[in-house]
Amino acid sequence: MKLQRNGRSKALVVGAMALVSSLSLAACGSDDNTGGAGAAGTSAPAAAAIACGKAGALVAAGSTAQGNAIDVWKTNFGNACAGSSVNYSGGGSGAGVQQFTQGKVQFAGSDSALKPAEVDATKAVCTGGQGINLPLVAGLISIVFNVDGVDKLTLDGATTAKIFDSQITKWNDPAIAALNPGVNLPAADIQAFHRSDDSGTTDNLTKYFAKASGGAWSYPSSKTWAGKGGQSASGSAGLAAQVKQVKNSISYVELSFAQTNSLKSAAINTGASKPVEATADNAATTFAKAKIAGTGSDLALTLDYATKEEGSYPLVLVTYEIVCDKGNKADTLETLKSFLTYAASDGGQQAIGSTGYVPLPKELASKVQAVIPTLA
Amino acid sequence: MTSSHPADAPGRVRRRKTSQLGDKIFFNAARGAGILLLVIMAAIAGFLAYRSALALSKNQGNFLTTFEWAPDAPKPVFGIAVLAFGTIVSAVIAMVIAVPVAIGIALFISHYAPRKIAQPFAYLVDLLAAVPSIVYGLWGALFLVPHLDGLTSWMDQYLGWTYVFDQTRAGTTPRTLFTVGILLAIMVLPIITAVTREVFRQVPRMHEEAALALGATRWEMIRTSVLPFGRPGIISASMLGLGRALGETIAVAVVLSSNSVLSLHLLDPGGGTFAQNIALKFNEAGSFGRDALMASGLVLFVITLLVNGAARMIVARRKEYSGANA
Repeated sequence: MKLQRNGRSKALVVGAMALVSSLSLAACGSDDNTGGAGAAGTSAPAAAAIACGKAGALVAAGSTAQGNAIDVWKTNFGNACAGSSVNYSGGGSGAGVQQFTQGKVQFAGSDSALKPAEVDATKAVCTGGQGINLPLVAGLISIVFNVDGVDKLTLDGATTAKIFDSQITKWNDPAIAALNPGVNLPAADIQAFHRSDDSGTTDNLTKYFAKASGGAWSYPSSKTWAGKGGQSASGSAGLAAQVKQVKNSISYVELSFAQTNSLKSAAINTGASKPVEATADNAATTFAKAKIAGTGSDLALTLDYATKEEGSYPLVLVTYEIVCDKGNKADTLETLKSFLTYAASDGGQQAIGSTGYVPLPKELASKVQAVIPTLA
Repeated sequence: MTSSHPADAPGRVRRRKTSQLGDKIFFNAARGAGILLLVIMAAIAGFLAYRSALALSKNQGNFLTTFEWAPDAPKPVFGIAVLAFGTIVSAVIAMVIAVPVAIGIALFISHYAPRKIAQPFAYLVDLLAAVPSIVYGLWGALFLVPHLDGLTSWMDQYLGWTYVFDQTRAGTTPRTLFTVGILLAIMVLPIITAVTREVFRQVPRMHEEAALALGATRWEMIRTSVLPFGRPGIISASMLGLGRALGETIAVAVVLSSNSVLSLHLLDPGGGTFAQNIALKFNEAGSFGRDALMASGLVLFVITLLVNGAARMIVARRKEYSGANA
C-alpha cells in the first residue's frame, strides 16, 4: 500500500513537471515572435559580410526595445564567427546602464543617451575614458487604431496628445473630423491605451508631444505615463493585443508590433503638404536630418520631432549601444569592435530592417562606423 | 531495543555513543535551520529597510497618502495609497470567492465523493497549483477578460446602486481589480483546498459516527463535527492562500489596466497592487526608483507579517473551543 502510493505520487510529480515545463516553454515562445523569423531569413547573406575579430564572449544588457535587433545580430554574428557569442539580457535600459557602470557588461543597450551624471559614473569603469552613445537601432512608433469602417486615419500632434490625455473622448470629435474629411467616424468613445510599465517608447512619444502638440500635452516627457484617463497594458505586445481585441481603441507601439499584429497605423499631419505615413522610409528621412548632440566620439542624437519636411515621419526613436571610448575590457575589445562593426554595417542594418526596425541612413551609419575602430 | 545481556555491554555502549553523536548532529542541524530562517528573514527586512530609508528621505510626497508613483522624476514623489488599496481589495475579493468554494471542494473530496472519484479529483485540484502564474495571467487576459463583459455589465445594471459595482466608463474592457480578484481566487483555490481537505480527513471518526448515531443528517454531521474541528485548519489554509493573493505579481501585471487613481468603482479599470507595480516599474527604474520600489516591498512584507500574525492569533484562540485537541 505504502509503496504503491509512493510510486503513484512520483509519477504525478513527473507528469506535473512535464506539464509545467511545456507550459512555460509555450509562454516564452509567445513572447518572441519577431526575432526568430527575421534571424532565419537573413542569416545567409549577412554572414558573408562579418569580419570576425578574436573569438570571445560578449555580455550585454539593457533596453528591451532593441532586443529583437540584438537577437538577429547575435545569431548572424555567432554563425559567422566560430567561438564568438553575445549574451544580451534585456532587463530594461535602467538596468543596462546600471550594470555597465558596475563593469558587469561590455556594452549596454539604452533607449536614451547617458545623462551627465551617468557619464561621470562610467568613468570609474572606463579607465582613462568615458561611456559614449552609439546610435545603432532606430525605430518608429506607430499610432495604431481599431475602428470599424475606418481604414485610413490622419492625426496631428495636438489631436493625438488630446486623445491620450482624455481631452478628446469621441471618435467623431470635430478636431479628428477636420483632419479626416470624407471619413465616416463613429460616435463612439475612444478607448485609449498606454503603457503600464515604464518605457522608452512612452518617453519618446511624450517627447514628441512636448515638441509637436502646441502645448496640448501639459506634462513633462517621461518614461512613466502621466496623462489622464485611458487604460493601460504592459509591454508593446500587451498594447497591440488590446488594440486588436477592443473596438474603437487607439494606442502607440513600435512598428514591428503594428506589423506582426497587422494593425492599422495612423498617418501624421506634420504641416507638410500631405500626411506622412508610418513607414521605415519616412522615418529614415527624419534620421537623416537628426543632429548629433554628443561631442567627440559620442554620437547621441537630437531628433526633430516637430519636423515639417515632406515625407518625414516625426514619431521616431533611436536606441543606443553604450560602450567606453577608452578603457574597454582588453580581452573582449576585438570581439566588441567586430560585433559593433557588423551591427553598423549595411548588412547588419538591412538585417534588422526586415524585422520592423528602421535601417540607419547611410550618412549616419558611416559616422558610427568611423567611431568603432577608435574604441580602445 | 535495549538488551540487558551483560555480554552485550560494550556493543551497547558503542551504539549509544553513535546515537548520541547522531542526536547531536540532528539537533544542531535542526537548530541551524531554524536560525538560518531567522537570519534570512532579518536580512530581507534589513535590506528592505535600508534601501527604503534611502528613498523615503528624499520623497517629496507623503509615502502613505500619495497616489502617484514617480520616484525618478526631478522632484521624486511616490506613495503607496493606491497600491495598498488595490492589493487588499483584490485579495479580499479573491478570499470571498475562493474560501467557500475551496471548503466545498474539500468537503466533496473528503466526505461526499466516492473514493474512486475523490482521489483523481484531488490530484486535479493539486495540479492547478502547478500551473505557472504567467499562464494564469495570459489565460486571464486573453480568455477571462473578454468573457467577463457580460457579468460586469449585468452587475453594473442591477448592482450599480451599490456604487462599488457602478461602471462609470462605458465600453472599457473589464481589466479591473474585480477581475483580478476572480483570477486570484482561482490561483489560491488549490492551496486552500489541499490544506482544508487534509484537515477534514483528520476529523476523528468517532465524532462523525457519534453525530450520525444521534440522528444527524450528513450535512448536520459536517456542521457539528467536521467544520468545528477543521476551523483552525480552514483559517490557516486561507492565510496561506491570502499570502499568495497579496504577493501575486505577473498574473496581475498582465491582466490589470493599472493607473494611479484610487477608485472605489471596482468595475472600472484602474488601481494597482504592490507586486504588480514593482514588476512593471523595476526594469526601467533608476537606482533611486529601485529604492522606492523596495520601500513599497517593505510595506507588503509588513502587511503579510501582520496578516500571518493575526491568523496565528485566531487559530490559537479557536483551538480551545473547536475540539481540535481531542
